[in-house]
Amino acid sequence: MTDQTASQPSSKHGSLLAVDARTKKRNAAETRFKAYGIGALLIGLFFLVTLLTAIVSNGSTAFSQTYISLDVTLNAEKLDPNGTGDRDEIAKVTTLGYTQIIAEAVANTMAANEIESPLPAGALPLMVSASAAAQIRDTVLADPSLVGQTVTFNVLASSRVDGYLKGRVTRESLARDRNLGPPHLDIVDQMLDAGVVEKRWNLAFITGADASESRPEQAGIGVSMLGSFFMMLVVLFLSLPIGVAASIYLEEFAPQNKFTDFIEVNISNLAAVPSIVFGILGLAIFIQIMHLPQSAPLVGGLVLTLMTLPTIIISTRASLKSVPPSIRDAALGVGASKMQSVFHHVLPLAMPGILTGTIIGLAQALGETAPLLLIGMVGFIASNYPDGLASGFLDPNSAMPAQIYEWAKRADPAYYERAWGGIIVLLVFLMTMNIIAILLRRRFERRW
Amino acid sequence: MSALWIALIVLALAAGGYVLGRKRALASVGGNTRHLHSLPSYYGANVAMMAAVPALILLVIWLILQPMVLNRMVAPMIGSVAAGEAGEMSLVMSDVRRVADGLDAAVDQGVLSGAEARDMQSDSTDVRATLSNVGVALGSDVTAETLSAAQRYRALSSTGSLLMTVVVLAVALAGAITATLRTHRDFRARNVVEHGMRVLLIGAACFAILTTLGIVLSLIFNTVKFFNLYPASDYFFGLTWSPSFGGGSSLGILPLLWGTLYISVIALAVAVPIGLFAAIYLSEYATPRIRAFAKPMLEVLAGIPTIVYGLFALLTVGPLLVSVFGEGGFAGVGWMQGGTAVMTAGLVMGIMLIPFVSSLSDDIINAVPQTMRDGSLGLGATKSETVRQVVLPAALPGIVGAILLAASRAIGETMIVVLGAGAAAKLSLNPFEAMTTVTAKIVSQLTGDADFSSPEALVAFALGMTLFVITLGLNIFALWIVRKYREQYE
Repeated sequence: MTDQTASQPSSKHGSLLAVDARTKKRNAAETRFKAYGIGALLIGLFFLVTLLTAIVSNGSTAFSQTYISLDVTLNAEKLDPNGTGDRDEIAKVTTLGYTQIIAEAVANTMAANEIESPLPAGALPLMVSASAAAQIRDTVLADPSLVGQTVTFNVLASSRVDGYLKGRVTRESLARDRNLGPPHLDIVDQMLDAGVVEKRWNLAFITGADASESRPEQAGIGVSMLGSFFMMLVVLFLSLPIGVAASIYLEEFAPQNKFTDFIEVNISNLAAVPSIVFGILGLAIFIQIMHLPQSAPLVGGLVLTLMTLPTIIISTRASLKSVPPSIRDAALGVGASKMQSVFHHVLPLAMPGILTGTIIGLAQALGETAPLLLIGMVGFIASNYPDGLASGFLDPNSAMPAQIYEWAKRADPAYYERAWGGIIVLLVFLMTMNIIAILLRRRFERRW
Repeated sequence: MSALWIALIVLALAAGGYVLGRKRALASVGGNTRHLHSLPSYYGANVAMMAAVPALILLVIWLILQPMVLNRMVAPMIGSVAAGEAGEMSLVMSDVRRVADGLDAAVDQGVLSGAEARDMQSDSTDVRATLSNVGVALGSDVTAETLSAAQRYRALSSTGSLLMTVVVLAVALAGAITATLRTHRDFRARNVVEHGMRVLLIGAACFAILTTLGIVLSLIFNTVKFFNLYPASDYFFGLTWSPSFGGGSSLGILPLLWGTLYISVIALAVAVPIGLFAAIYLSEYATPRIRAFAKPMLEVLAGIPTIVYGLFALLTVGPLLVSVFGEGGFAGVGWMQGGTAVMTAGLVMGIMLIPFVSSLSDDIINAVPQTMRDGSLGLGATKSETVRQVVLPAALPGIVGAILLAASRAIGETMIVVLGAGAAAKLSLNPFEAMTTVTAKIVSQLTGDADFSSPEALVAFALGMTLFVITLGLNIFALWIVRKYREQYE
């Protein structure tokens, strides 16, 4: 009997040592399945790498900018015809009056470097940014004694010249451009050899204000960074105390009843509500009903607070839960009240976890765009630094992600580079916050 | 006095009250704390709490209510003239507020004296020029009604602010004094303070309810307003979406829903296989080292803000797809006209959802007990057979829940579709055509200087309501599936 059954399979299915067709098939399926898994993982990582490469390769150019150094003769006849040297008198000359001076300066600089130009003198200032006139005027107004002298200014080159140096603009693409033509680029090439034109580190992009549609070379993300900063202040100071208080109640005090269940259902639902709906809430409640100022970081902060609260509550509850009951029992045992045991013992022990959760919630809020669109933090030019705290909270401003959106919407491709650069700045902030959160967790995390 | 100063004064009062209450408690027992019912600091905290909490709550409520009440009171003054439509009314009212603010600014900067601002007449002075001098730009000239309404608004609001200062400070003082008077050696200060703190904690927990209530009410009220202006049947069953602010627009939601669903389906078609297989590999096959590296890397994708994905869709993926599927492209098919298309948005949204699907599925697969795998492997199944026939069926309800959550995320996603999907509402099957979604239209209908009482702006609230109901429904459905079909092991 045993002999028979032992010998039968070997005759039917062959030897155990030789792999039969069925086993081969199963093993092949196994290999395939594993390959699918590796493939999926690699595709995911490939997407990550592509995304980061796109960001860095497109955005890093925003951090350098082309400047032209011009020897500007501040013609006294034009700027101060009466020779008074008086500031108010000089201030009467508008930026329009400086364009002529810039045209002369460009021509002079070219002559000094022996650059021939086929172009009429009037077409030359197109290589210089429209911001140059204001820059020179401000310098003159700050120091009226400069009038009549020749001063060397480093002015921004126009965005097309900048784009040419960065490889974005080519002679072909300029063929039908009204602002700048291929002859200009020949001049730029010669100026580059002469060292008059050069690319430099662009601090103004990080600290500066947004500029009008026609001057992408001047636009910076600094003002909207301040807007984001004020919003984050609001979010931090509202969502941390409210979130922690709510979690303490739910985790430590709340009785098991319908009301507590209701609160918990609300929190988990809010965590899944699309962010744009919070924007609608902000628009309807804060702006339409309460008449808070539109586009103000205060309103943005309030909306983002409501949006971040569920995140903070969920992570705070998790870290309160991880404090072992023995701590509470010991505190109660030596005569502390329930409130004292929570505030003197449980809360301090849960603090690292709470802070980590808060930082991650803040990082999430910092990158959020959709609700800000609805409360009007886009569509205008954030060109003024807020003066003082109250104006920082209440005056119209933008926020970093909203500013990036605004740039992405503009027609001039030079703004795309700014948008990518803005993303780099935003991601640097997010990365710093996440690293702080990870370090906090590593440093203070306790295993009970 | 500004609200900030009032708040600071109240806080100072509270701090002073703390010191006073503590001192008084100590004095009542001659410095021997053992005879006190509570620790001395609780007596101080009691006074501080009584001084600050009611006053600050009153301050916040006052700040919220004052503009509403003022609007009510000023509105009748211009009601007869400019009214006609509710929309006109709100525009005029915002003008009134601007003029009032401008007058305030003028007085602050010394351009006008207080009396001048009060008695200014629109026919004798050029209000618009005066105000633009102080940096308040007005869209149109100021009518007599607007000016007088603004002056009244100003007068009322300064009375209101004065009243607020007096009342809030009085409440703070009264609280501090009552609490100080009650401070005595037998006063159960700790119980009172702890009770107060508990009430505050409950109040904080109720914020979640208030937020939900705020969302629901703001959506419902405006949606009802919309349906009063526009027939509901046309909204729900209309096949065209062409808003025009001049009137006569057709606002059918079906093309938007179609675009939303199409994009979400493509996104899920990208995210679910990749996310699921990645999760299976990470939890069943990967060595701890690979897992420790790859899992956080995938989660980086989840931490990237959606605006970044939007830009990626608009500037990288869109042009890339056009160069393949566009006119004269790589594939030579010419299906794609522009960079913004359903495919662009769907693909990028799929990338965004990969970590969402993978980390949720990973948790669920890890929760399947090891004994089940061991049993299956012991019977001679290969690893992949174990995964397919034992682990996945056990984890299925959780995975379906995760996919539904991802779907609700996809439907509610805004920035990617605003930048990547295009603006034209179409009912088309071609995934390389530009279409638009519910969220993108909410943004476009509510940004800009739309008049909030026209059906073209109000439709955004109806769209928001639809979106809210759909995502809420999906979330509840997901939770229900997980609960109903979950296998309980051990």
